[in-house]
Amino acid sequence: MRSDVRDYTLTAPGSLNAVLSALAANPRLTPVAGGTELMVALGVGRLGPHELISLHRLKELRFIEEHSGILTLGAGTTFTDIRRNATIAREFPLLVQTAAWTGSIANQNRGTLGGNIANASPAADSPPALLVYDATIELVSANGRRTLPYGEFHLGYKKTVLLPGELIYAVRLPCRFAKHRQYVRKVGTRNAQAISKIALAATALMDGATVREIRLAGASLVDRPARLHATEAVVLGKAITPELRTLAAAALASEIKPIDDIRSTAKYRMAVACNLLDEFLLSL
Amino acid sequence: MAPKEPIVGAPALRYEGEAKVLGRAKYIDDLHFPQMIHGATVRSKFPRGRITAIRYGEGVPWDEFTIVTWRDIPGENTIVHLLKDHPCLVEEIVNHPEEPIVLLAHPDKALLRKAVDAVTIEYEPLPAVFTIEESEAPDAPVIWNSEAGDSPNVFKTYLMEKGNVDDVWASADYIIEGEYSTGAQEQLYIENNGVIAEYTEESVTVWGSMQCPYYLHHALQLAFALPEEKCRVIQVETGGAFGGKEDYPSVIGCHAALLAMKSGRPVKMVYDRLEDMAATTKRHPSRTRHRTAVSKDGRLLGGEIEFAIDGGAYVTLSPVVLSRGTIHAAGPYNWPNLRIRAKAVATNCPPHGAFRGFGAPQSIFGLERHMDLIAKTVGITPEELRRRNFLQPGGSTATGQLIKDPIDLNGMLTRALEESGYHAKRAEFTKTNPTSPIKRGIGFATFMHGAGFTGSGERRLNSLVAIEIDDEGSPEILVSSTEFGQGTNTILCQVAAQTLHIPYKNVRIAQPDTHRVPNSGPTVASRTAMIVGKLVEDASHNLLTCMRASGLLEETYTPEQFCHAALAYKQKHGELRATARYQAPGDIFWDDDKYRGDAYPAYAWAVYVAEVEVDTRTYMAEVKNFWALQEVGKVLNPVLAKGQVEGGVAQGIGYAIYEKCVWKDGVMANNQMTNYIMPTSADLPPIHVLFEEVPSIHGPFGAKGIGELPMDGPAPAILNAIEEATGVCFNHCPLLPEDIFDKLANPTSISADSSQLQPAVAGPVFSGTTS
Ligand SMILES: Cc1cc2nc3c(=O)[nH]c(=O)nc-3n(C[C@H](O)[C@H](O)[C@H](O)COP(=O)(O)OP(=O)(O)OC[C@H]3O[C@@H](n4cnc5c(N)ncnc54)[C@H](O)[C@@H]3O)c2cc1C
Repeated sequence: MRSDVRDYTLTAPGSLNAVLSALAANPRLTPVAGGTELMVALGVGRLGPHELISLHRLKELRFIEEHSGILTLGAGTTFTDIRRNATIAREFPLLVQTAAWTGSIANQNRGTLGGNIANASPAADSPPALLVYDATIELVSANGRRTLPYGEFHLGYKKTVLLPGELIYAVRLPCRFAKHRQYVRKVGTRNAQAISKIALAATALMDGATVREIRLAGASLVDRPARLHATEAVVLGKAITPELRTLAAAALASEIKPIDDIRSTAKYRMAVACNLLDEFLLSL
Repeated sequence: MAPKEPIVGAPALRYEGEAKVLGRAKYIDDLHFPQMIHGATVRSKFPRGRITAIRYGEGVPWDEFTIVTWRDIPGENTIVHLLKDHPCLVEEIVNHPEEPIVLLAHPDKALLRKAVDAVTIEYEPLPAVFTIEESEAPDAPVIWNSEAGDSPNVFKTYLMEKGNVDDVWASADYIIEGEYSTGAQEQLYIENNGVIAEYTEESVTVWGSMQCPYYLHHALQLAFALPEEKCRVIQVETGGAFGGKEDYPSVIGCHAALLAMKSGRPVKMVYDRLEDMAATTKRHPSRTRHRTAVSKDGRLLGGEIEFAIDGGAYVTLSPVVLSRGTIHAAGPYNWPNLRIRAKAVATNCPPHGAFRGFGAPQSIFGLERHMDLIAKTVGITPEELRRRNFLQPGGSTATGQLIKDPIDLNGMLTRALEESGYHAKRAEFTKTNPTSPIKRGIGFATFMHGAGFTGSGERRLNSLVAIEIDDEGSPEILVSSTEFGQGTNTILCQVAAQTLHIPYKNVRIAQPDTHRVPNSGPTVASRTAMIVGKLVEDASHNLLTCMRASGLLEETYTPEQFCHAALAYKQKHGELRATARYQAPGDIFWDDDKYRGDAYPAYAWAVYVAEVEVDTRTYMAEVKNFWALQEVGKVLNPVLAKGQVEGGVAQGIGYAIYEKCVWKDGVMANNQMTNYIMPTSADLPPIHVLFEEVPSIHGPFGAKGIGELPMDGPAPAILNAIEEATGVCFNHCPLLPEDIFDKLANPTSISADSSQLQPAVAGPVFSGTTS
């Protein structure tokens, strides 16, 4: 432990409303849900915020519901909750898959979907799946609620639309992907307990040989979790031919900006991203 | 009478297993002494320079802290290993990042952390080198020089010659060259380095997680200028070591003891993972160059091998690592003519140290990759090439050691290839690979590992073990050999129990404490089972002889009768104790100057086969199946032996394709388990462990050492399989997907490397030196 815990405060008001009031009163408060990001930073002595407020065990945030074709997951939903839910397994298998390869079982028991999204790492595993399922995200604060397409949530590297005092409340997914071809592949540093070097998630609806709908999103391809709109546009409405695959790869290569870091190289990420895209297109 | 079932060879329960499983075992961080405070280290943040000032920043109550610098060292400012170039604390010149400069102690651990961060070291930078190439460059700055070394920046060299290699080149059908390199590897024991030290009445005691209590004992005598009996070292339960707790405990142990002396209180120092990975020793990076003369029917006519290792900033154990690497560089083959030049060079990285295999995995990697290159060049299979060159009983090794044991490498190779379905798989993969995005391959390595200290080492160690009868009439083994997960306690108790004809559970083994146990040598070099095990067997015989001579014990007896006799003897004479001291076998000779003779009393021999898949979309290689066949003399405990091999293979797989130390100017940049990628169980294949037993006269019941052997073979076997799968040759480990990508996606970078060329195109001289 490289931090002095006496330098930190943690409050746990116990209800969502109490948390929201506390956040409104003190904008320096940082929420902690499962703590699987924040505790790592604390351990190595790099946790900047010193005033923490707990969301752990808030019942109002931990739920999975289906209503008129919309599945809603509370921000406090853990990866284990996701893995155990029958509706998600049926409608959104990519989300189950990405939950299953997020960290270890212990991680999955504590880590939350909201924490994964709010942490806003470009390498995070669940955002690509949420993006290709056309998720919307609902935010809550003492001032009320607002809902926006999840694709608009991330503004840049570790930058989001969250305002001071605002929390992620839930994520909503339309249950209309059962007929889509679905694909996700994570290329990590190893088969378990690995952060993605790159990942690609995709859904596509085929009309005979023609691509009627397509959504693509990846991890560590750009500075934030984001859809790959330019590549989608090349493929949309077309049949998959060798020429189209080449054009799609070219579009992807011009739209992504992978980087060199301690885990991998930009050129490797670029090449593998193109290979994964091709693997998906070939499967259509 | 004696237990009917043999104890040796049976899966006796792990001696300390119950305590470990039930959480009763106490590791160093579980221990708390009254008045104990905590110690921490202020380290250099630059690779090389002259310290101009040390500043203690604001906001820290410095008067509450114990502060130690080199000026507080009562004896010599050195951590003694082979030389004394390694300071305990920097005086003026820093030679590597993370070098200890100031020690701090305080009761409050969290405050200590802030104090470490508040110390700034000002310095004038000096030029530094970080790789073998930079260290040996003609214009390299001289970063290390000593009369004890061989030349500037060179800690040690060896020249090993057999026959006259200069004469073979002219008559060779093929001359094949290759260059191979290996990276550093972190031991990654579960428990980090840690100790507690106490200094009272001019004597120092250190408890700690370690392999070699007597190494630290020696280091303390010098640093504190105290006689032997005033220094005491006690090993506590140790959570893994792999060589990483061979030499390093001398550093942390002296540091904690200095703080204890100055503060007058017991001091605990336990590194966290970040500090342990950044500051402590790793496996030496290496480079091996081969130039080999081969006949057209695939016989090795002669070879020149240049073997170089990066020792880091100080000598520490590098000459010994180099020695083992040098001797193993020739492998289990018959070389009529051979010259090996080896050197250990200085760089401004933290000193590299012992790690399972100790130089052998490095040079064996080079040789076993090179053997596949030779086979390809000559146009025979890797299997056939090895069969034509295997050492045979009656033959002699590269050091001129006569092979006396009836080893059968051809038979072992046949068995390993059969068990793994090698031939069928090769045929199948050749058929399926062209149309599959996943390329499969199977490859192998054949090798041996010498047990015990090299050459005259065991003679110099002069190990002693004792067995003493305790108050209950049970024998207690007294050795300085340590348990750190590998099974020392269990196998030594098995050997004593079987020799004394009493049940395994009746035998005890003492906690290694230099005030109590004799020096049975360090727990390293695959020597414990064979050398110390034999001494335990001898001491057990001596105990029986003594009891029988007294007339208290009959020729045959029950365990109860043994116990009564032992107690009766004790009552009469005060104690019952037998010892055994190492005696060099009469027919073992070694010449340290010429590097010729019997390098090791015995070798374990092995054939390892790896099956891999390389996904051409992700460039990831995975080991899908693994067969490890070894001849080990005698398996003392099948469960522990299998565990040793499985663990070693897993570590070898990590070495081959996962574990990369990312260096930035001598600093390990990925000193976290998130970014230093050790394989998990999800990355490991089934590991089929197969044994053969050809008993050796040197070990108890025929046993030879097996601790390090399994580390040697996986990396070359896996890279050989990857070449089979992809058709591309890779000569560096660790081999990461990014490296595979670089070559597979850039065919031009391949064609420059002549190892890819077909013999008919390239003519008789092959040079693969750019890899
Ligand atoms: C060993 C290990 C392995 C891991 N492996 C993976 C992996 O494979 N893939 C992966 O994607 N991640 C991985 N992670 C990261 C982490 O587990 C996930 O990001 C997890 O989803 C974080 O959720 P949490 O609830 O624990 O977040 P916390 O640590 O509690 O919080 C993370 C951030 O989110 C904020 N936050 C939390 N909830 C809300 C909310 N409702 N509204 C607004 N802000 C909120 C916090 O303020 C904080 O900034 C790993 C972590 C560890 C320790």
